[in-house]
Amino acid sequence: MKRHLSACFSLLVFAFAAAPAFSQVAVRGKTVYTMGGAAIENGVVVIRDGKIAEVGPADQVAVPAGFRVLEGAVVTPGLVDAHSVVGLTGIYNQPHDQDQLERSAPIQPELRAIDAFNTQEALLEYIRGFGITTVHTGHAPGELISGQTCVVKTIGNTLADALLLEPAAVAATIGSDARKNEKKSPGTRGKMSAMLREQFIKAQEYAHKLETAADDKKPDRDLKLEVLARVLKGEVPLMVSADRAQDIASALRLREEFGFKLILDSAAEAYLLIEQIKATGVPVIVHASMVRAYGDRKNMSFETAAKLHEAGIMIALQSGYEDYVPKTRVALFEAAIAAANGLSFEEALATITIDAARIVGVADRVGSLEPGKDGDVAIYDGDPFEYATHCVGVIIDGQVVSTSPR
Amino acid sequence: MTIFGIRSAAVVLLLGSAAAAQDVPRAFTGAHIIPIAGDEIDRGTLVVRGGKILAVGPDDAVEIPAGAERIDAAGRVIMPGLVCTHNHAGGIGGADGSGPIQPEVRILDSINVLDPGFRRVVAGGLTTINLMPGSGHLCSGQTVYLKMRGGKTVDQLYIRDSAGMPTGGLKMANGTNSMHESPFPGTRGKSAALVREKFIKAQEYREKLQRPSVDPEKQPTRDLAMEALVEVLEGKRVVHHHTHRHDDIMTVIRLSKEFGFRVVLHHVSEGWKVADEIAAAGVPCSIILVDSPGGKLEAVNLVMETGGILERAGVKVAFHTDDWITDSRLFLRSAALGVRAGMSRAEALKALTLAGAEMLDLADRIGSLEAGKDADFIILSADPLSVYAKVLETWVDGGKVFDRNIPDDRLHAVGGYGAGDDVEPYLCCYDKEGPS
Repeated sequence: MKRHLSACFSLLVFAFAAAPAFSQVAVRGKTVYTMGGAAIENGVVVIRDGKIAEVGPADQVAVPAGFRVLEGAVVTPGLVDAHSVVGLTGIYNQPHDQDQLERSAPIQPELRAIDAFNTQEALLEYIRGFGITTVHTGHAPGELISGQTCVVKTIGNTLADALLLEPAAVAATIGSDARKNEKKSPGTRGKMSAMLREQFIKAQEYAHKLETAADDKKPDRDLKLEVLARVLKGEVPLMVSADRAQDIASALRLREEFGFKLILDSAAEAYLLIEQIKATGVPVIVHASMVRAYGDRKNMSFETAAKLHEAGIMIALQSGYEDYVPKTRVALFEAAIAAANGLSFEEALATITIDAARIVGVADRVGSLEPGKDGDVAIYDGDPFEYATHCVGVIIDGQVVSTSPR
Repeated sequence: MTIFGIRSAAVVLLLGSAAAAQDVPRAFTGAHIIPIAGDEIDRGTLVVRGGKILAVGPDDAVEIPAGAERIDAAGRVIMPGLVCTHNHAGGIGGADGSGPIQPEVRILDSINVLDPGFRRVVAGGLTTINLMPGSGHLCSGQTVYLKMRGGKTVDQLYIRDSAGMPTGGLKMANGTNSMHESPFPGTRGKSAALVREKFIKAQEYREKLQRPSVDPEKQPTRDLAMEALVEVLEGKRVVHHHTHRHDDIMTVIRLSKEFGFRVVLHHVSEGWKVADEIAAAGVPCSIILVDSPGGKLEAVNLVMETGGILERAGVKVAFHTDDWITDSRLFLRSAALGVRAGMSRAEALKALTLAGAEMLDLADRIGSLEAGKDADFIILSADPLSVYAKVLETWVDGGKVFDRNIPDDRLHAVGGYGAGDDVEPYLCCYDKEGPS
């Protein structure tokens, strides 16, 4: 009851605080990439009360009187970064702004991203300036199960303002990054899989007892197992970061045994397992195109996204996780490298708009310019992937959040 | 022993035939040429022979020598090989944890020439690099300037001075990277004091060496650290100084004035805050552009605008990769992002080439396409500032060291299975003939 009350309260506050911020705004673009159909030459996007009202060619869609108008050479949906840790990790890289990885135990699916996401993080404003309006962020790769993730807008005073979806996924890692030294587990890859299997078997038993036991024999609440039970039910995907082909294969093996909804993440050597991945229908959030070529990612390729896409595998790109300089990457730039290495312009754009939104479960709200979706738009003065192009306008929920060229 | 004998014989043979091949002039015609020295040439010809540039100019103004091999480069862009003033490829390791100032350590003694990082370097169009130890020390050792000729041992890569010695600088750092527990400094004040003490010792060492003395016993014994610092004091060895914060930048300038050493400021993240002061000091800057600010406190104000701000203040600017901070294959991107944030095209392209060469004291040999300079150049598929541009070929001293059409070169250019492995040692001659 109490929870319901506070939820209502925060919704009220949100509505009250945010309503006046909706500007009535329209965007004109020489080319409008809606990502919900063919690109529109001389297009217009009309945003009313924070939602997209109309999209079409200028000779068919009129800008309503009194609307603010922004213009640019290229207009795209607000960009969606399919995997980041921004907001849990901060620009300073000091203990006070590093909440992306809890090292006290290898399996902690109970950690919620919403309890660690800092809406005021400076890096959010930074990436927003390049047109990134939505990020899938949360606990980082580096522990066997590091915690939960969420999907947020890149602006918002409080979590409630920014939040789109939580939990978006439970984050897991199979590979060298999850390995422990000094007699701690998991110390080997074999142990990693054994620990994950044990945990999921426990969750299966927990879920079974919850469903079948008499009321007085129900198991005690267990935060770890509660969320893993949701994973097993297919309500929340398990996002497994794995780079070596053998680690990707381990993730697929676990999925086969437990039947959860899998998202493959990073997947540097996915090009070796194209047939196997394709057969499962599992989507892949490919590592940042410019990720450093070392460790498990030493065989990374600029062409992985193109190869997977060509095979018919659903892909998205990401900014990923950086623990030093730069503190984050920018999904726009990562897609640009993919566009220069085998993906067509629109295919590359899809990896940071509609396909990213689909994979992380928010395509009903963002990722394309279609009536009824959130009024999130990015405006560029040229090909968004060209280095010398600038992002000249960013709109989130109908609010113009940036017009200074970046 | 015999194996090495055979191998060196084979290498000599190979080098010999390569040199003979280079004696035949090669003319690349119809290309868009960016010579850096002078205006861009829309349809130009570059002629090279014997590892040197013979001529460069518009197609109709360059005389192609008889017998030259002609290469149609229409639709291509040719520019000088890129010069990276700050690179860490090759699995290198300089100073160790025993102390904060170790000028006696030479990075050239630590290089794995077979490291795949070098393959990425040439795939990115880099033909000369300043290979540096890290920034965890006030002084982490001597750097080395390398030409990416390809080779099995590092001495094949040296850029030698007139005395035949490998060229290089001295790596120094200030700010937080070089502050640790004792015996390392714990504060900025202590950092500067330790450096000043060491340079004062070097001054005294130098005075003793120069003192006219009849008694050889009174000469100081050889001290490798002091020898390197004396080279710095005498201007023979440039200091490459890692520095981020505006006050740390000014400290470097202050110390360089006190001891009269020549310095290149590296990274210079907050250089935009003291651009006029840097310009007034006449100190060049080798900068890095990364995808976001932050990751460490000193880099929170690292902005893409730095290049343009320094340029407008009149500071000489070069870019560096700091590979592995940024991948050598993406070096062209630095200039493009610099232009995005306000640099001029001309200065941004110069910052990838000639400006870097000047900072390494190599501008008489490399950094621009001019007759008489080394034949170090790259062939691109498109404008160097475009994300879609590919390095198609990299040439060093008139020899091709990277060709995107060769599958193994392409593997290292784009990545893929096996791209992260060490280069296989060259064993063909041993396998075929056996030891003799």
